[in-house]
Amino acid sequence: MIGLTHYLIVGALLFTIGVLGIFLNRRNVILMLMAIELILLAVNINLVAFSAYLGDLTGQVLAMFVLTVAAAEAAIGLAILVIFFRRRGSIAVDDVNRMHG
Amino acid sequence: MIAILAFYLFAVLTVASAIAVIFARNPVHSVLWLIVAFFNAAGLMLLLGAEFIAMLLVIVYVGAVAVLFLFVVMMLDIDFATLRSGFSRNLPFGIIIALVLLGEIIVASSAWHARPVLGGGQVPAAKIPNIVALGQLLYSRYLFAFEIAGLILLVAMIGAIVLTHRSRRDRRPQKISRQIARRPDEAVKIVNPPVGEGMKL
Repeated sequence: MIGLTHYLIVGALLFTIGVLGIFLNRRNVILMLMAIELILLAVNINLVAFSAYLGDLTGQVLAMFVLTVAAAEAAIGLAILVIFFRRRGSIAVDDVNRMHG
Repeated sequence: MIAILAFYLFAVLTVASAIAVIFARNPVHSVLWLIVAFFNAAGLMLLLGAEFIAMLLVIVYVGAVAVLFLFVVMMLDIDFATLRSGFSRNLPFGIIIALVLLGEIIVASSAWHARPVLGGGQVPAAKIPNIVALGQLLYSRYLFAFEIAGLILLVAMIGAIVLTHRSRRDRRPQKISRQIARRPDEAVKIVNPPVGEGMKL
Protein backbone atom coordinates (compact mmCIF):
# COMPACT_ATOMS: atom_id res chain seq x y z
CA MET A 1 0.00 0.00 0.00
CA ILE A 2 1.29 3.40 -0.95
CA GLY A 3 1.16 5.76 2.01
CA LEU A 4 1.84 9.42 2.50
CA THR A 5 5.41 8.62 3.53
CA HIS A 6 6.21 7.30 0.06
CA TYR A 7 5.22 10.59 -1.52
CA LEU A 8 7.08 12.56 1.13
CA ILE A 9 10.23 10.58 0.43
CA VAL A 10 9.94 11.25 -3.30
CA GLY A 11 9.54 14.94 -2.47
CA ALA A 12 12.54 14.81 -0.14
CA LEU A 13 14.69 13.15 -2.79
CA LEU A 14 13.69 15.71 -5.42
CA PHE A 15 14.34 18.60 -3.05
CA THR A 16 17.75 17.22 -2.15
CA ILE A 17 18.66 16.70 -5.80
CA GLY A 18 17.64 20.30 -6.48
CA VAL A 19 19.82 21.66 -3.67
CA LEU A 20 22.69 19.45 -4.81
CA GLY A 21 22.26 20.82 -8.32
CA ILE A 22 22.56 24.38 -7.04
CA PHE A 23 25.73 23.49 -5.17
CA LEU A 24 27.33 21.60 -8.04
CA ASN A 25 26.62 24.01 -10.88
CA ARG A 26 27.76 27.18 -9.20
CA ARG A 27 28.77 28.84 -12.46
CA ASN A 28 25.92 27.85 -14.75
CA VAL A 29 22.85 29.98 -14.08
CA ILE A 30 20.61 28.02 -16.42
CA LEU A 31 21.21 24.82 -14.49
CA MET A 32 20.70 26.68 -11.21
CA LEU A 33 17.30 27.86 -12.45
CA MET A 34 16.45 24.30 -13.47
CA ALA A 35 17.45 23.08 -10.01
CA ILE A 36 15.12 25.69 -8.49
CA GLU A 37 12.33 24.32 -10.68
CA LEU A 38 13.08 20.85 -9.31
CA ILE A 39 12.87 22.18 -5.73
CA LEU A 40 9.52 23.81 -6.45
CA LEU A 41 8.31 20.56 -8.02
CA ALA A 42 9.24 18.75 -4.80
CA VAL A 43 7.29 21.34 -2.82
CA ASN A 44 4.30 20.80 -5.10
CA ILE A 45 4.44 17.03 -4.67
CA ASN A 46 4.48 17.45 -0.89
CA LEU A 47 1.56 19.90 -0.97
CA VAL A 48 -0.57 17.72 -3.21
CA ALA A 49 0.23 14.57 -1.21
CA PHE A 50 -0.78 16.22 2.05
CA SER A 51 -3.86 17.67 0.39
CA ALA A 52 -4.94 14.24 -0.87
CA TYR A 53 -4.28 12.43 2.38
CA LEU A 54 -5.89 15.04 4.63
CA GLY A 55 -8.87 15.48 2.32
CA ASP A 56 -8.32 19.24 2.20
CA LEU A 57 -8.19 20.89 -1.20
CA THR A 58 -6.34 23.95 0.12
CA GLY A 59 -3.04 22.21 -0.54
CA GLN A 60 -3.84 21.94 -4.22
CA VAL A 61 -4.81 25.61 -4.38
CA LEU A 62 -1.48 26.46 -2.79
CA ALA A 63 0.32 24.17 -5.24
CA MET A 64 -1.26 26.18 -8.04
CA PHE A 65 0.09 29.41 -6.59
CA VAL A 66 3.53 27.84 -6.23
CA LEU A 67 3.33 26.93 -9.91
CA THR A 68 2.41 30.51 -10.81
CA VAL A 69 5.35 31.92 -8.91
CA ALA A 70 7.65 29.31 -10.44
CA ALA A 71 6.61 30.30 -13.94
CA ALA A 72 7.06 34.02 -13.19
CA GLU A 73 10.45 33.36 -11.62
CA ALA A 74 11.64 31.34 -14.61
CA ALA A 75 10.54 34.06 -17.03
CA ILE A 76 12.23 36.89 -15.13
CA GLY A 77 15.35 34.83 -14.41
CA LEU A 78 15.81 33.89 -18.04
CA ALA A 79 15.20 37.49 -19.14
CA ILE A 80 17.90 38.71 -16.75
CA LEU A 81 20.15 35.93 -18.06
CA VAL A 82 19.62 37.03 -21.66
CA ILE A 83 20.51 40.67 -20.98
CA PHE A 84 23.48 39.59 -18.86
CA PHE A 85 24.70 37.46 -21.74
CA ARG A 86 24.27 40.36 -24.18
CA ARG A 87 26.34 42.62 -21.94
CA ARG A 88 29.11 40.17 -21.02
CA GLY A 89 29.11 37.45 -23.67
CA SER A 90 29.12 34.82 -20.93
CA ILE A 91 26.81 33.55 -18.21
CA ALA A 92 29.44 32.75 -15.60
CA VAL A 93 27.88 34.00 -12.38
CA ASP A 94 31.27 34.29 -10.69
CA ASP A 95 31.78 37.53 -12.61
CA VAL A 96 28.55 39.13 -11.44
CA ASN A 97 30.26 40.82 -8.49
CA ARG A 98 32.28 42.84 -10.99
CA MET A 99 29.22 44.73 -12.20
CA HIS A 100 29.44 47.38 -9.47
CA GLY A 101 26.02 48.87 -9.79
CA MET B 1 -1.59 -3.58 -7.45
CA ILE B 2 -1.39 -1.58 -10.66
CA ALA B 3 -1.46 1.62 -8.59
CA ILE B 4 1.55 0.48 -6.56
CA LEU B 5 3.39 -0.43 -9.73
CA ALA B 6 2.51 2.93 -11.31
CA PHE B 7 3.66 4.79 -8.20
CA TYR B 8 7.06 3.12 -8.19
CA LEU B 9 7.44 3.61 -11.94
CA PHE B 10 6.65 7.32 -11.76
CA ALA B 11 8.65 7.90 -8.59
CA VAL B 12 11.78 6.14 -9.83
CA LEU B 13 11.59 7.87 -13.21
CA THR B 14 11.06 11.28 -11.59
CA VAL B 15 14.06 10.93 -9.28
CA ALA B 16 16.26 9.38 -11.99
CA SER B 17 15.52 12.12 -14.49
CA ALA B 18 16.05 14.77 -11.80
CA ILE B 19 19.50 13.30 -11.22
CA ALA B 20 20.09 13.36 -14.98
CA VAL B 21 19.09 17.05 -15.04
CA ILE B 22 21.89 18.13 -12.75
CA PHE B 23 24.53 15.73 -14.06
CA ALA B 24 23.96 16.00 -17.82
CA ARG B 25 26.91 17.47 -19.69
CA ASN B 26 24.82 19.22 -22.31
CA PRO B 27 22.26 21.78 -21.01
CA VAL B 28 19.86 20.86 -23.82
CA HIS B 29 19.82 17.33 -22.45
CA SER B 30 19.23 18.81 -18.99
CA VAL B 31 16.12 20.58 -20.22
CA LEU B 32 14.85 17.43 -21.92
CA TRP B 33 15.38 15.44 -18.71
CA LEU B 34 13.53 18.19 -16.85
CA ILE B 35 10.57 17.62 -19.17
CA VAL B 36 10.67 13.88 -18.40
CA ALA B 37 10.73 14.68 -14.68
CA PHE B 38 7.69 16.96 -15.04
CA PHE B 39 5.72 14.34 -16.96
CA ASN B 40 6.40 11.72 -14.32
CA ALA B 41 5.56 14.11 -11.51
CA ALA B 42 2.26 14.76 -13.31
CA GLY B 43 1.70 11.00 -13.24
CA LEU B 44 2.36 10.97 -9.48
CA MET B 45 -0.22 13.72 -9.01
CA LEU B 46 -2.74 11.81 -11.10
CA LEU B 47 -2.30 8.86 -8.74
CA LEU B 48 -3.19 11.20 -5.87
CA GLY B 49 -6.40 12.28 -7.60
CA ALA B 50 -5.17 15.81 -8.26
CA GLU B 51 -6.09 15.84 -11.92
CA PHE B 52 -6.08 19.60 -12.34
CA ILE B 53 -2.59 20.06 -10.90
CA ALA B 54 -1.35 17.19 -13.08
CA MET B 55 -2.69 18.82 -16.24
CA LEU B 56 -1.36 22.18 -15.08
CA LEU B 57 2.09 20.64 -14.67
CA VAL B 58 2.04 19.28 -18.20
CA ILE B 59 0.63 22.46 -19.75
CA VAL B 60 2.49 25.14 -17.79
CA TYR B 61 5.78 23.43 -16.99
CA VAL B 62 6.31 21.31 -20.07
CA GLY B 63 4.48 23.57 -22.49
CA ALA B 64 5.77 26.93 -21.31
CA VAL B 65 8.60 26.88 -18.79
CA ALA B 66 10.63 24.01 -20.23
CA VAL B 67 10.26 25.33 -23.76
CA LEU B 68 11.38 28.76 -22.52
CA PHE B 69 14.47 27.12 -21.03
CA LEU B 70 15.07 25.30 -24.30
CA PHE B 71 14.82 28.55 -26.27
CA VAL B 72 17.28 30.34 -24.00
CA VAL B 73 19.75 27.46 -23.96
CA MET B 74 19.72 27.24 -27.72
CA MET B 75 19.67 31.02 -28.30
CA LEU B 76 22.70 31.87 -26.17
CA ASP B 77 25.98 30.83 -27.69
CA ILE B 78 27.73 29.60 -24.59
CA ASP B 79 30.81 27.49 -24.10
CA PHE B 80 29.45 25.16 -21.48
CA ALA B 81 32.71 23.28 -20.96
CA THR B 82 34.24 26.22 -19.08
CA LEU B 83 31.14 26.59 -16.97
CA ARG B 84 31.59 23.11 -15.59
CA SER B 85 35.09 23.81 -14.31
CA GLY B 86 34.11 24.04 -10.66
CA PHE B 87 32.02 20.88 -10.81
CA SER B 88 34.41 18.37 -9.28
CA ARG B 89 35.69 20.90 -6.76
CA ASN B 90 32.17 21.51 -5.46
CA LEU B 91 31.21 17.84 -5.52
CA PRO B 92 32.28 16.65 -2.01
CA PHE B 93 30.86 19.68 -0.23
CA GLY B 94 27.64 19.51 -2.23
CA ILE B 95 27.19 15.79 -1.52
CA ILE B 96 27.68 16.37 2.22
CA ILE B 97 25.12 19.20 2.26
CA ALA B 98 22.67 17.12 0.23
CA LEU B 99 22.99 14.07 2.49
CA VAL B 100 22.49 16.12 5.65
CA LEU B 101 19.44 17.77 4.10
CA LEU B 102 18.01 14.44 2.93
CA GLY B 103 18.44 12.94 6.40
CA GLU B 104 16.71 15.89 8.01
CA ILE B 105 13.77 15.79 5.62
CA ILE B 106 13.31 12.03 5.95
CA VAL B 107 13.39 12.25 9.75
CA ALA B 108 10.85 15.06 9.56
CA SER B 109 8.52 13.20 7.23
CA SER B 110 8.68 9.96 9.20
CA ALA B 111 7.88 11.95 12.34
CA TRP B 112 4.59 12.79 10.68
CA HIS B 113 3.26 9.51 12.10
CA ALA B 114 4.08 10.60 15.64
CA ARG B 115 1.50 13.35 15.70
CA PRO B 116 -1.91 13.08 17.33
CA VAL B 117 -4.40 11.65 14.90
CA LEU B 118 -6.15 14.22 12.75
CA GLY B 119 -8.15 12.79 9.93
CA GLY B 120 -5.41 10.89 8.15
CA GLY B 121 -5.63 7.76 6.10
CA GLN B 122 -6.84 7.56 2.56
CA VAL B 123 -9.70 9.89 1.79
CA PRO B 124 -12.76 8.27 0.21
CA ALA B 125 -13.36 9.17 -3.40
CA ALA B 126 -14.85 12.61 -3.77
CA LYS B 127 -18.44 13.15 -4.88
CA ILE B 128 -17.60 15.92 -7.33
CA PRO B 129 -14.70 15.98 -9.79
CA ASN B 130 -11.42 17.40 -8.62
CA ILE B 131 -11.51 20.29 -11.08
CA VAL B 132 -15.01 21.35 -10.01
CA ALA B 133 -14.06 21.26 -6.33
CA LEU B 134 -10.88 23.20 -6.97
CA GLY B 135 -12.72 25.80 -9.01
CA GLN B 136 -15.35 26.29 -6.33
CA LEU B 137 -12.65 26.83 -3.74
CA LEU B 138 -10.53 29.04 -5.99
CA TYR B 139 -13.28 31.40 -7.07
CA SER B 140 -14.83 31.83 -3.65
CA ARG B 141 -12.46 31.61 -0.73
CA TYR B 142 -9.20 32.20 -2.54
CA LEU B 143 -10.46 34.74 -5.06
CA PHE B 144 -8.18 37.49 -3.79
CA ALA B 145 -5.11 35.26 -3.86
CA PHE B 146 -6.10 34.13 -7.32
CA GLU B 147 -6.27 37.72 -8.57
CA ILE B 148 -2.90 38.45 -6.98
CA ALA B 149 -1.47 35.44 -8.80
CA GLY B 150 -2.74 36.88 -12.06
CA LEU B 151 -1.14 40.20 -11.17
CA ILE B 152 2.18 38.46 -10.49
CA LEU B 153 2.05 36.85 -13.91
CA LEU B 154 1.29 40.21 -15.51
CA VAL B 155 4.22 41.85 -13.73
CA ALA B 156 6.48 38.97 -14.78
CA MET B 157 5.39 39.27 -18.39
CA ILE B 158 5.88 43.04 -18.52
CA GLY B 159 9.19 42.72 -16.69
CA ALA B 160 10.52 40.10 -19.09
CA ILE B 161 9.48 42.17 -22.10
CA VAL B 162 10.97 45.40 -20.72
CA LEU B 163 14.21 43.67 -19.76
CA THR B 164 14.86 41.97 -23.06
CA HIS B 165 13.41 44.52 -25.46
CA ARG B 166 15.90 46.59 -27.38
CA SER B 167 15.00 49.17 -29.98
CA ARG B 168 16.89 48.90 -33.24
CA ARG B 169 18.73 51.88 -34.64
CA ASP B 170 17.77 51.41 -38.27
CA ARG B 171 14.05 51.25 -37.93
CA ARG B 172 11.80 53.99 -39.34
CA PRO B 173 8.91 54.64 -37.02
CA GLN B 174 5.80 56.51 -38.02
CA LYS B 175 5.84 60.16 -36.86
CA ILE B 176 2.18 60.72 -36.27
CA SER B 177 2.47 64.35 -35.13
CA ARG B 178 4.22 65.35 -38.34
CA GLN B 179 1.66 63.52 -40.40
CA ILE B 180 -1.19 65.31 -38.72
CA ALA B 181 0.55 68.71 -38.88
CA ARG B 182 0.77 68.67 -42.66
CA ARG B 183 -1.44 71.18 -44.46
CA PRO B 184 -2.58 70.94 -48.10
CA ASP B 185 -0.90 74.20 -49.13
CA GLU B 186 2.56 73.01 -48.05
CA ALA B 187 2.15 69.44 -49.20
CA VAL B 188 0.66 70.01 -52.66
CA LYS B 189 2.04 72.24 -55.41
CA ILE B 190 0.08 72.95 -58.55
CA VAL B 191 2.24 73.64 -61.61
CA ASN B 192 1.47 74.05 -65.24
CA PRO B 193 4.63 73.10 -67.18
CA PRO B 194 4.99 74.31 -70.72
CA VAL B 195 5.09 71.72 -73.49
CA GLY B 196 8.50 70.20 -74.20
CA GLU B 197 10.37 71.83 -71.29
CA GLY B 198 9.76 69.52 -68.40
CA MET B 199 9.73 70.85 -64.88
CA LYS B 200 11.97 71.34 -61.87
CA LEU B 201 11.06 69.89 -58.54
